[in-house]
Amino acid sequence: MSPELPPFQRFLDTHRDAVWRFLVSTVGPSEADDCFQETFIAALRAYPRLRADSNLRAWVLTIAHRKSLDAHRARARRALALADIAGAQDGGAAQRDARPSAPDETLWQAVDELPARQRSAVVLRYVADLPHRDIAAAIGCSEPAARRSLHEGLMKLRKVVGT
Amino acid sequence: MSKRTKSAATSAAGDPCTALDDALARGLRARGTRAAHWSSEAAQSASSQAAAAAAGRVGARIAAEGLADVSYAPVESPFGRLLVAVSRRGLVRVAFPEENVDAVLELLAQRISPRIIESPGPLESVRRELEEYFSGARRSFDLPLDWRLIGRFAHRVLQVTYAIPYGRVLSYGEVAADAGSPRGSRAAGNALGANPIPIVIPCHRVVRAGGALGGYGGGPQRKRWLLELEGALQRDS
Repeated sequence: MSPELPPFQRFLDTHRDAVWRFLVSTVGPSEADDCFQETFIAALRAYPRLRADSNLRAWVLTIAHRKSLDAHRARARRALALADIAGAQDGGAAQRDARPSAPDETLWQAVDELPARQRSAVVLRYVADLPHRDIAAAIGCSEPAARRSLHEGLMKLRKVVGT
Repeated sequence: MSKRTKSAATSAAGDPCTALDDALARGLRARGTRAAHWSSEAAQSASSQAAAAAAGRVGARIAAEGLADVSYAPVESPFGRLLVAVSRRGLVRVAFPEENVDAVLELLAQRISPRIIESPGPLESVRRELEEYFSGARRSFDLPLDWRLIGRFAHRVLQVTYAIPYGRVLSYGEVAADAGSPRGSRAAGNALGANPIPIVIPCHRVVRAGGALGGYGGGPQRKRWLLELEGALQRDS
């Protein structure tokens, strides 16, 4: 007998922790909830068309990855607008100060500044515990490309953290 | 590179170059948990609680925007906690407390739609009518029904059953005859036993010709309780 798609509530219960951790790590705690809702609403819409033997975790993290890209683009647009308003007064330094400071701020600044694919690769590997094959599926590239993105992202983070 | 990091690298990735130092990994995982590092149980449990709360908000939004094809929720009753499910067409399932929730939901996913969410909102009228029925204040249900879990022969049997008035009973043979199969009382019994919407489709109102109660999907003592509630049987004193 072919496998069946689980009821959506079960799918949500099974993957909510991984998606939440991924989003908190890629877009930050304050925007994670919006992205989480958008991710699972989009998943629900597409759900009945999904093949039952799909890798559900990689699939939902693909959607979460796209939502985190949207959030980063929106944040960049807001920062630009803010810089326009601030004008020549402080040269756009306001956007840096707007973020709350925390002990791990340096690390998060560095994660945020990674190119999107590297950021997602690092977070999928170390926060969502995905194997390389699933990281590749989630960010839509080949497995060697996923390994490369992960490696390059880690190199940059190591420099910042100084290990 | 420390021994520990090296072994973690080999097991995690099979490639030391992609290894992240433990401290860095813990730092990444701790974001949003207000904890010093991820390895503390408090951090993991805070993250899980936040995820569960976010999932609850998604469920409420899916229900509010009418995006689910099936909604289900527990409903308290004198028999314990029933699981009740409605589709876009109407009430589709009433499950007794002993039934396996996963099996109930999986069948709904296969036969109706996998877009199933737990949400009490769409179940509100069902909950209210059941509560009124169990308190003796309601004698018939005004709920639309979804018959898709019911096969063709069972459909005829359960339609006949659905028309039996409150407080009255029919025999298995009478129901089979009315459903068009005069000699099918055993098949009618099977269809009644597999009724996916008990209580609302009143299969408890079908009894043996000699006066014995016969079987019931929810157990014979519940059948007796329902027939006593409706006044079709005298209460034992």
